[in-house]
Amino acid sequence: MKNILFGMLLLMVTFSAQAQEQKNKNAKFTTEVNGNCELCKKRIEKAAFSVSGVKSAVWDIDTHQLNLILNEEKTTLLDVKKAVAKVGHDTDDVKATDEEYDNLHGCCKYERK
Amino acid sequence: MKKITLFLLLFVSILSFSQKKLEDVKIEGEKKGIRKSLTTTSNTYMVSSKELLKAACCNLAESFETNPSIDVNFADALTGTKQIKMLGLTSPYLMITEENIPSVRGASQAYGLSFTPGTWVESIQITKGAGSVVNGFESISGQINTELIKPMKDIPFFLNAYGATDSRYELNTHFNKKISDKWATSLYIHGNTRVAKNDMNHDGFLDNPLGKQINMVNRWQYSNPETGWVSFINFRYMNDEKQTGQLEFDKNRDKLTTNYWGSEINTNRFDFSSKVGYVFKDMPYQSIGFQNAFSNHNQDSYFGLNQYAIEQQSYYSNLIFNSIINNTMHKFATGLNFTYDKYAEFVNQNDVGRTDNSVGGFFEYTYDNNDKFSYILGGRLDYHNRLGVFFTPRLHVRYNPWENGVLRFSAGRGKRAANIFAENQNLFASSRTFSILDTNGKIYGLNPEIAWNYGFSFTHNFKLFGKTADATIDFFRTDFQNQAVVDVMQSAQQVLIYNLNGRSFANSLQFDFNIELKKHLNIRTAYKYYDISTDYLSGSFQRPLQAKHRFFGNLEYATHIKEKGKQWKFDYTLNWLGSQQLPTTTTNAIADRLPNFAPAFTVMNAQITRTFSSTFEMYVGGENIGNYRQDKAVLGTSNPFGPTFDASIIYAPIFGAMYYAGLRFKIK
Repeated sequence: MKNILFGMLLLMVTFSAQAQEQKNKNAKFTTEVNGNCELCKKRIEKAAFSVSGVKSAVWDIDTHQLNLILNEEKTTLLDVKKAVAKVGHDTDDVKATDEEYDNLHGCCKYERK
Repeated sequence: MKKITLFLLLFVSILSFSQKKLEDVKIEGEKKGIRKSLTTTSNTYMVSSKELLKAACCNLAESFETNPSIDVNFADALTGTKQIKMLGLTSPYLMITEENIPSVRGASQAYGLSFTPGTWVESIQITKGAGSVVNGFESISGQINTELIKPMKDIPFFLNAYGATDSRYELNTHFNKKISDKWATSLYIHGNTRVAKNDMNHDGFLDNPLGKQINMVNRWQYSNPETGWVSFINFRYMNDEKQTGQLEFDKNRDKLTTNYWGSEINTNRFDFSSKVGYVFKDMPYQSIGFQNAFSNHNQDSYFGLNQYAIEQQSYYSNLIFNSIINNTMHKFATGLNFTYDKYAEFVNQNDVGRTDNSVGGFFEYTYDNNDKFSYILGGRLDYHNRLGVFFTPRLHVRYNPWENGVLRFSAGRGKRAANIFAENQNLFASSRTFSILDTNGKIYGLNPEIAWNYGFSFTHNFKLFGKTADATIDFFRTDFQNQAVVDVMQSAQQVLIYNLNGRSFANSLQFDFNIELKKHLNIRTAYKYYDISTDYLSGSFQRPLQAKHRFFGNLEYATHIKEKGKQWKFDYTLNWLGSQQLPTTTTNAIADRLPNFAPAFTVMNAQITRTFSSTFEMYVGGENIGNYRQDKAVLGTSNPFGPTFDASIIYAPIFGAMYYAGLRFKIK
């Protein structure tokens, strides 16, 4: 029993260590962020860059896709989505609060899904 | 799509910052021939191939005729080549690169721009003022980078034929083959010739030289988006022959005799260059590039009894690493340069040859907050066997005070060895004696030229009566700490060359206003003020052959594109030049004197292009259609071997109105 527990523990440690190693320093993500215009683009990218570990952030006005390269040792895609939502732009799983949305400039009042 | 994106990124990151605009123009290329971005940090204009088609003739030097930032001088009777100036300073003070490899330098300074046919050019980036440190330390008043057509994007066949009333003919043929999805190659062959002797002003001297040039390039491009590797390999060969002088001059009979005055300039050039670039996997912002270029430039010439020969063997190498600090708001480029130049140079059989070499490292940091503000701070440290160890700082700042306005500032230092004979070889076509008054320096006895350049510019895009318009004002100052002063203000029988003793500066103020009057009808205007003053031995004068005031206007109109791409295009350019300081001629007999200042005059060019389909078009045009001609193009014509002979004082066109026609045919 003890041995099994020890074995499982060992296994878990190894697994998590492996998971640790697999963290990509240049992980690429593409995620949808809602917005309209050049002003939105600047705001979204600025918010993304404010997250430590984001190396590259490019939001496309036409496709609404935010292309990210980030260091997974320092941050996650979720952190970026939270930061982007915080400045008023909805993402697929993190939405801006109504207050944050209302604070947006007139031209950035995108249609919320 | 991914491939294309990666490929573009690759390009952007390997080459220096001036190239970042390459991407932009592909999007906007259809709209404007000259594009000035509101978001680039450096004060850089993009000139697309569409703009180059507006002046159909013929080579790189002439392709700036419709561009207000660059002044194209009038071809001298001797060489028929046009020199360019930026901020009032001649091309030696510019860094001229081809795909970011220095191309017009050293021995090729005088004619180098005429050695790149216009049809080869994909786009040109013009940076006013201090340039990037990536390519070297020599640039002072600006940088001009030319991008040739890329084999991967080329069309299978292109033909251009041109003929003009000054009996100049040109033929350009381009062949392209995509060998695989990773390899493509292009072969361009250019030939031009002027077959007949022209003497419109009846002074017994040719108005433009007889000549022939054969010029070819074979380019190979490799790109593999999966691995991130890209490469270019270029081979180039050029042979150019010119003959000018008196109409009766026969080169076989009269060469180096006093029977008749004549001149020949023959140039042979071979180039080889390669580039290898690698973009790191999963890191599109990180790349490494390695460029190598070797050239052999051999000019053999005589001007009456003056003999001049120069052969330059040159090797240039540049290693660049681009990456980011934390994120793409903070980018940097760093690397090493190496240059080697061996000059075998003979002035009337006196050996003035030398060998130059330099090695240096550079670091350039770019900050861009992706919004209103960005700057590029660069520095390089070089060791040069004649210029010593020195540091070259450069700074560019951009700020958008509001959405449609951009304010830019730049400052930088440049240092160079003046090739006094190669750069001033038009003065050989005179009875002037060359005297170098200094002996202690390491470059023909002279010290290196050092100058600081500062400038700012402001551009604002706006609507005027509902029309799209933009206005730019810029001011640049170049301050010489030392200069190889070429003094033609002392005597008409001498050219004195010495280290600057006193002040030398160039101020340039330019105001541009452009408006789209209606769809497809654009007006471009510019007023330019130059104050270029140098302390000579005989006092302080404005730079000779430089107008203090200039006005430029360009009108372009195109009809709507109809089915199959049918279209008419009209283009008209006007240049008004105010009076110009002339070299002193007071030491001549009265008959061979010129006034102190040349009169003001206007030169007009026009062109009509008819596109019949997307693969075939024809054009006709005229240069100097007002038929303005310089009064006395050659001094002392009655006795070309006498003391007052001078064919170097050219301030206006010599040949009158010239008309041309040509065609372009493509297989896509």
